[in-house]
Amino acid sequence: MTTALDPHAEGGVPGVFDPGAAAGRATEAILRDTLHGTHRGVVVDSPPGAGKSTLVVRAALELAAAGRPLMIVAQTNAQVDDLVLRLAEKDADLPVGRLHSSDSDPYDKALDGLPNVRKSTKAADLAGLDIVVSTAAKWAHVKGVEPWRHAIVDEAYQMRSDALLAVAGLFERALFVGDPGQLDPFSIVGSEQWAGLSYDPSASAVTTLLAHNPELPQHRLPVSWRLPASAAPLVSDAFYPYTPFRSGTGHGDRRLAFTVPSDGSGPDRVIDEAAEAGWGLLELPARHTPRTDPEAVRAVAQVVRRLLDRGGAAVSERSEEPVPLTAGRIAVGTAHRDQAASVRTALAGLGVTDVVVDTANRLQGREYDVTVVLHPLSGRPDATAFHLETGRLCVLASRHRHACIVVCREGVSQLLDDHPSTEPVQLGVTVKFPDGWEANHAVLARLSEHRVAWRP
Amino acid sequence: MSLITTLARLEAVSSGRARPVATVRHRHLSERPLVFVPLTTAGEAGAPLGALVGTDRHAPRLLVVPQPRDRDLRFAFLAELADIVLPYVDAYTDTVEAAERTETDPETGKRVKVVVDLCADAPQLIVPSRAGVDFVRLLGRSMRFRRTAEQDPDTPHPAPPRVPLLGRWLTHFGERARMPGSSLLLAVTDLLARHWATGQSSVEDQHLGSLLAWIDPPGDEPGDVAAHRAELARDADGQLLCPPAGPATDPAFDNKLLAPAIEAYDRARSALAAAEDGLEADDRFGALTAAEQRVRDLVESRTRPTWDAVWHGLDLLRALPEGAHVPDRWTRDRWSFTAHRDRITAGEPPQPRVDDAVTAANKLAAREREQARLDAQEALDDPLVMAGRRLAGEAFAGEVTDVVMAYSEGRRPSPRPLVTVRTEDLPHLGERAKVYRSLGGKPQAAEFVGHAGRDGIGTGDPDGDGNVLVVLRVLDKMGRGKEPEPGSVPEKGDRVCFTLFEHDQRGGAKLPDPEETPWTHGGPPGDPEAVPLPDPLTEEDVL
Repeated sequence: MTTALDPHAEGGVPGVFDPGAAAGRATEAILRDTLHGTHRGVVVDSPPGAGKSTLVVRAALELAAAGRPLMIVAQTNAQVDDLVLRLAEKDADLPVGRLHSSDSDPYDKALDGLPNVRKSTKAADLAGLDIVVSTAAKWAHVKGVEPWRHAIVDEAYQMRSDALLAVAGLFERALFVGDPGQLDPFSIVGSEQWAGLSYDPSASAVTTLLAHNPELPQHRLPVSWRLPASAAPLVSDAFYPYTPFRSGTGHGDRRLAFTVPSDGSGPDRVIDEAAEAGWGLLELPARHTPRTDPEAVRAVAQVVRRLLDRGGAAVSERSEEPVPLTAGRIAVGTAHRDQAASVRTALAGLGVTDVVVDTANRLQGREYDVTVVLHPLSGRPDATAFHLETGRLCVLASRHRHACIVVCREGVSQLLDDHPSTEPVQLGVTVKFPDGWEANHAVLARLSEHRVAWRP
Repeated sequence: MSLITTLARLEAVSSGRARPVATVRHRHLSERPLVFVPLTTAGEAGAPLGALVGTDRHAPRLLVVPQPRDRDLRFAFLAELADIVLPYVDAYTDTVEAAERTETDPETGKRVKVVVDLCADAPQLIVPSRAGVDFVRLLGRSMRFRRTAEQDPDTPHPAPPRVPLLGRWLTHFGERARMPGSSLLLAVTDLLARHWATGQSSVEDQHLGSLLAWIDPPGDEPGDVAAHRAELARDADGQLLCPPAGPATDPAFDNKLLAPAIEAYDRARSALAAAEDGLEADDRFGALTAAEQRVRDLVESRTRPTWDAVWHGLDLLRALPEGAHVPDRWTRDRWSFTAHRDRITAGEPPQPRVDDAVTAANKLAAREREQARLDAQEALDDPLVMAGRRLAGEAFAGEVTDVVMAYSEGRRPSPRPLVTVRTEDLPHLGERAKVYRSLGGKPQAAEFVGHAGRDGIGTGDPDGDGNVLVVLRVLDKMGRGKEPEPGSVPEKGDRVCFTLFEHDQRGGAKLPDPEETPWTHGGPPGDPEAVPLPDPLTEEDVL
């Protein structure tokens, strides 16, 4: 991914889209505004797999190199640890602080092996370090320190406005990086009372920031390095209609092949379809089911089992040799936690224990070669706002480098037609486009071209 | 909707009776609640038509606005309402007990304990439905910024004394009602729907009449039939037999009965104003009184059935024993009541129209904490609610089959016993997941180690009978010594119930003061260049 951000990649053949050059120009502009701009904030919109983390690491290193210590705000401990590891990987001599909570096991043990990473529960212990990284929740408890001149806020679209309110006093200016297409932050209680207020505490941090500071420069990363050429146009059209992006690789740059031939079953046929086309829809007969639809759950588990059994190998721009498709390169995505738990149980029953199974919320920011998705609307009698949320489908449909297999009951497009969005319109709230209804239809229309009907 | 609620609703459909979804009452019910059954005028937001209000179920006070668009009559209604509500509220402000509260000492900045007054009990307002809660909020908003002649002699339409104060109290009740688990202002439909599942949709459950018909149908009638009748049956004149609980009224009532009565009242009033001598005026005054009485009778005929239904609902709820954590939550309501009493006594201005950024964030954080605490407490108080959580994989109960003593590593080894629990439940336990059980009212934490099989750690169902063996490492509440305190570790044969959710909530980080609102949120409130409100105050805003 670093080659993509190489500023020397300018040029290329005139008239032909050069993803490396386009991404390089965007990155240069972002760094220019961050290091030399006059605004207090810079906002960067990054579609899935566009090199957001790489950008964060690079901006942090350049700020530090310019003698401007900074704080980094991420949303989860896993994201924080990941950033610290990436920073250390780039510059092992850089003094980095990891501010952590006082819970047991507060950070990744891998950090203990890094000599220049200092870890503490108190911000004062980390004073003077070039870069201090922590979660928004932990930063919120830091009081009475000299404000940092600079901050980077990662996953800013997933951060809630009230979380930014708690930490914004700690820095003078900041770079906000995030993906506007992913899941919006949520609250477990109603917040209609504040809907439309510029500082609605349940809105995303970027919404509030831009409502109060509309003059801030906004940048966009134009190239997804993760999504294959088969997926980028669909994800871009369905979820980012006004801010399109391209894939960094072309058709034919990535290939997925299996040594064991298909046995003709539904799972095998959909695997072959997805290997060929990048998308596969395994469609079960229409039926209203509980959330943890046993048939659909079993189908998901069988697809995963067959993916592993058939000796898959992935060819991509990353290496000359085909890379075996191992359990670590496959993930299963669901809408609900109980669905994830059922899939885990079903997989354990088939002897698979090391494939990641998680909800859309937790899969955000992660990347795999192949993903198997239980469609959020599969088997449902109704389409609620939760299940229609664009971000949920966007996350599930944009985690893969090679192929995405969706398992779903028949009848979802009928369900969508029966349940148009009926959310009340609130004064002052910007209506988001596309709405979940339209995005779902767009994805379904594409998936139906790669449908494998199967009666288990 | 959780699986267990779905099941209860299905059972309700097949049996024709509502099914209990709680075995205890999860909200506080006052000994002497103030029941308020308001009606509003169609087509004009915040224009009350009338209300039944009072603490005595046999003697409600009827308040009526015979011409709802007349501001003077509306003020008269509000003044009457204030004369009932405020003495009721005041009765609770004076009886106090001493309580401790942690405050930040302004000089040293340290957290210190101070002894303050806490009202020994608090008032409780009961309305029929959720729309009634919104109406209380709306009334509060329409009154609290009004000025009385005493406050401002130049105000063009002075409000009667005490009306602004009533507005502040109703606003407080309305705002507190948004706090999960609070009981200062309750809607009977919400209360009943929390404790019973019916065979109708949750939207239909908002209809107090049909909800009660499912829970306690008259005679042997099936609940669905009774509910259908409560919702739709009309008399020969086309009027609903069971008037809606309001505040909105049935259009057939508005058009056929109310509108002619109000018109008659208007005519009588014009006639009185046009009277040319005393004798004529006397006559016409009699006609006006009769016209007013006609409107009063109509309002009473639509509120009285609801009034009785509210008390019927309260009777059903009182039959349930109170949940163990309910007094604890009511104490929080008392703190809230006491705090508002203190703000009024201190002469602070009324609650602002919209919250500033910091207040809004603080409220949201507090409500999220309370929601999580409420969910945990309801499960701990009520085996039926816990059963729902167990079915959802968020808790598990079972028998302890083995306890092996183990110790933590380190200089001073502490007890970390391994407890094996045999359960029929299927908890969603992740690697090293934390689980909690209630030990003398305090949460004891344990850590998921693995599933036990015959050969030690296995897939968890060694006998293939659907029972799973869960191995846990107990982490705390065992005292300071090397040996755990007696009773602090489950013993073989004990029935235990562990939850995957925490029992209590940690307070969040302190937010900046409103005067220190950062630039990302528009700076301190009151900035003239602030982002305009989405719904700005205009001259036409009369609420």
